[in-house]
Amino acid sequence: MAKPKVAFYWCASCGGCEEAVVDLNEDILKVANAVDIVLWPVALDFKRKDVEALGDGEIAVSFINGAVRTEEQEEMVRLLRQKSGLVVAFGACAHLGGIPGLGNFWTRDTIFQRVYREVPTVENPDGTLPQEKVAIDVGELTLPEFYDTVKTLDQTIGVDYYLPGCPPPPDLIMKAVNAILSGELPEKGAVLAPEKSLCDTCPRAEKKPEKISIKEIKRPWQVILDPEKCFLEQGVICLGPATRSGCGETCIRANQPCRGCFGPVDGVVDQGAKALSMIASILGLEGEERITEEEVKKLIDGIVDPAGTFYRFSLPASLLRRRRIE
Amino acid sequence: MRKITIDPITRLEGHGKIEIFLNDEGDCDRAYLQIPELRGFEKFAEGRPAEEMPRITTMICGVCPTAHHMASTKALDDLFKVEPPPAAKKIRELMYNAFYAEDHILHFVFLGGPDFVVGPQAPAGERNVLGVIGKVGLEVGGKVIEMRKRLRNVLRIIGGKPVMPTCGLPGGVSKRITEEERETIIDAAEYAVEFCKFALTLFDDVVLKNKEYVDLITGDIYSHRTYYMGMVDENNKVNFYDGQIRVVDPKGKEYVKFKPQDYLQHIREHVEPWTYGRFSYLKNIGWKGFVDGEDSGVFRVAPLARLNVADGMATPLAQQAYERMYQTLGGKPVHSTLAFHWARLVEALYAAERALELARDPEITSPDIVNLPTEIPKEGVGVVEAPRGTLIHHYQTDDRGIITKANLIVATQNNSAAINMSIEKAAKSLIKKGKVSDGILNMIEMAFRAYDPCHACATHSLPGRMPLEVNIYDCNGKLVRKLETKE
Repeated sequence: MAKPKVAFYWCASCGGCEEAVVDLNEDILKVANAVDIVLWPVALDFKRKDVEALGDGEIAVSFINGAVRTEEQEEMVRLLRQKSGLVVAFGACAHLGGIPGLGNFWTRDTIFQRVYREVPTVENPDGTLPQEKVAIDVGELTLPEFYDTVKTLDQTIGVDYYLPGCPPPPDLIMKAVNAILSGELPEKGAVLAPEKSLCDTCPRAEKKPEKISIKEIKRPWQVILDPEKCFLEQGVICLGPATRSGCGETCIRANQPCRGCFGPVDGVVDQGAKALSMIASILGLEGEERITEEEVKKLIDGIVDPAGTFYRFSLPASLLRRRRIE
Repeated sequence: MRKITIDPITRLEGHGKIEIFLNDEGDCDRAYLQIPELRGFEKFAEGRPAEEMPRITTMICGVCPTAHHMASTKALDDLFKVEPPPAAKKIRELMYNAFYAEDHILHFVFLGGPDFVVGPQAPAGERNVLGVIGKVGLEVGGKVIEMRKRLRNVLRIIGGKPVMPTCGLPGGVSKRITEEERETIIDAAEYAVEFCKFALTLFDDVVLKNKEYVDLITGDIYSHRTYYMGMVDENNKVNFYDGQIRVVDPKGKEYVKFKPQDYLQHIREHVEPWTYGRFSYLKNIGWKGFVDGEDSGVFRVAPLARLNVADGMATPLAQQAYERMYQTLGGKPVHSTLAFHWARLVEALYAAERALELARDPEITSPDIVNLPTEIPKEGVGVVEAPRGTLIHHYQTDDRGIITKANLIVATQNNSAAINMSIEKAAKSLIKKGKVSDGILNMIEMAFRAYDPCHACATHSLPGRMPLEVNIYDCNGKLVRKLETKE
C-alpha cells in the first residue's frame, strides 16, 4: 500500500510549530517512514508546483500552522484544502489567530505607518511603502496583498481538526498523527487535546484554597513569585481556569502564569469573555458587601491591559474578532 | 529579457521569493529577494504591559524565541533600571548558550548542511536532512537527535517550554535551578561539547577535503567586502549575551564600538517598495544602494561577522577552531559568504563550552534569582547576539510600564541588503546565455542559505510567512520560466 501523503505548511506564524515537529526527536524518523511528505518548506525542497500537480484529495492530511494574513497564504491554504482529505489547524495561530492576531487591534495602514515610516531607525524621506505591484527598470515585481484583518484558518477554509498550543506539545502531535494513521479519529471539528481545564491538571491545584479572593492585582514583577502557590491566590492573573489543558503546564512549571495559548475548553466560544468573568468572580470577593465604588474601580484598574491579556491568543477567533475599522 | 522566480525558497525559516531578470544575452541583469509577508509586532506591542514583552516577542520567531526572550528581558532590566542578581544573569546566559549550540547545529544539519554534505547539485528529493543522515550514517543522525533532545531539555528546565520560553523577568528570572537539575545540565553540555567537536571534524572531512567546495568557499561568486557588526565582551571576545557592539570595516579595522543604548546613533533602516522587509545600514556612512565596499553603509551580522569583529573566542577549544579557520582562509577578515557555515560551527563549540562553564559554576543554583524593580519605568534597550545576528529591542512606556512605542531591529534585516547582493552576484556568475538548471538555482539559493536567514524574524513587522520561488523573465518582462526545484 502506498504511504499516505502528508503536507506541512505555514502561514502567518513564526516557525515554532516547525520546531515542535522537530522536537518529536527520534519519533520524527518513525513519522517520516510511515508517510510520504509532499510539502514542508522549512526542511524539504518541494515547491508549490509539486502540490498543484497532485490530484484532488490526494494528500491524506495537511497540517497547516499560522494565521491567514495575506493573499498568498489564502491561495495556498485553499489549494491545500482542495488537495487534502483532512486539514488540521496546527497550533494556536491557525486555531485561534494567536499572537499575530493581536494585529487586529490595528489596521493595515496603522501597521504600515509605524513599521515603514515612524520607527526611529527608519530613514524614509519619501514615505515609501511596500506596494503590491512595483515597476522597476527591468520589469515588474509583485507582493501578495496584506489584509487588514488576521483570520484563523477555519475563517478561511474548512478545518477538520485542531491541534492547540503555542506550539502544540510533542505528545499531542504524536497522538494526532497516530490517530490519523490508524483512522481512529474523533468527530470532525474536535480539538485533539484533553477536555479538562488547565486548573484541573495544574501542579499547584492541590494546595489551591477552596475559595480565592483577590484583594489587589499584582503584576508578575511586583511580587516574588511563590513557586508552589496558585498564581490567582498570589493576585497574579493566570488564565488557567479559562484554558484547555494538555500543554504539560510548562509555563506554570517555570513559575510563570498561564497566558491561554491552548484556547477555551469545549463548549466555550469566547475564551476572553470566560477569563474575564472568572477574574471578575474572584476580584474583591472577600468583604464584597462592604466594598465601595472607588475600591472596585481601583481593583479593576489593576488589570492594566484587559483585551491584550484575556484575548492574548484568541482575538481573531473571539466574538470581538477585531477592533472596529473607522 | 527573461525573469526567473524561485518560490518558495526552501530550507530557511520563513518565506521568500527570488526574482531574476535576464538581459538580451540571457545573462542575469538584476536579482531580488522579496519578503512577501509582515506581522507588525512594533505596532501591536503598543498597549501591552512591558513585562509581557518577553512572552509576546518570543512569537516573532519560533526558531530563535530564546533570542527575543533575552533581548526583551534585558530591555526590561534597562527599562526598570534594575540589576539582576549574579545567579540570574548566569542562568540566563546558560540557557542562551544551550539554545545557541542547539540552534547552530540544527542549521548545519537541516538547513545549510544538505548543500555540502549531500551536494549542491544533488536531486531535490535528497537535498535535505534525511539525505544528510543517509550520507553520514544513521549513528550520526542519532547523535544529532540526542544532542538536540538534551539541550532542549535544558531549555525546558530553565525556561519552561523550549519553543517559547517564559522565565524572563525584569531584574532576574522566575525559576531557580536545583542541584539535581544542574547535574542534568552539565551532562547535556558535556555531550554538546563533544558533538560540536565532532561536527567540526565532519566539516573538515566532507567540506575542506573536497577541492570543489573549498574553491566555492574561497572563490569570488560568494564574496562581498562589507562592514561587519557583532557583540564583544570587555576583552573583545565574542559574546552572545552581553557586551558592546563593535563594527569593523572591510579591511577588518575597528570602525566603531558602542553601547547598546546608543544604537540610534549608528543604525538606520532603508525601505524599498518591492518587499515587506527593511534594510539596515550604518547611519554615519549612509545608504548607497545594494553595493559593498568602504563607502557603502551595508554591513553584515551573524556567525562570520561576529568572528570578524572579535579578537577571538573566550573558550579554549573554540579559540583553536577560530584560529584554524582564519589560517585556512587567509587571515581576517574573511568575506566569503559560505564561510558563515564554518563560523557557525566554531560558535556552536563556543556556546557548548560556555554553557558547560556556567553549569559547573556553583553559584548557578543560588536561590537569589530576582531583584524587584522600584524605579518608575520610561525607556529601555536590550541587545543580544541572536544566532542570525545583532538583535535590538527598544521600548518606551508610560509610568505604569505600559508600552507606548516599540522598535525592533532584528538579526536578519541587518543582513537583508547583503543577502540581496549575494543572490544577485551568484545569479550573475552562474546564469549564462539563459542556461539555468535546478542545480544552478540551488547554488543561487545557497547564497542566502549561508546567512541562515530568518524571515519569520525579518517580517516581525506583520503576520505572515513566505516560501521562496525563482521566476525568470525575458528582456520584455515576460515570464518565461517559473523555476522550482524538482525531484
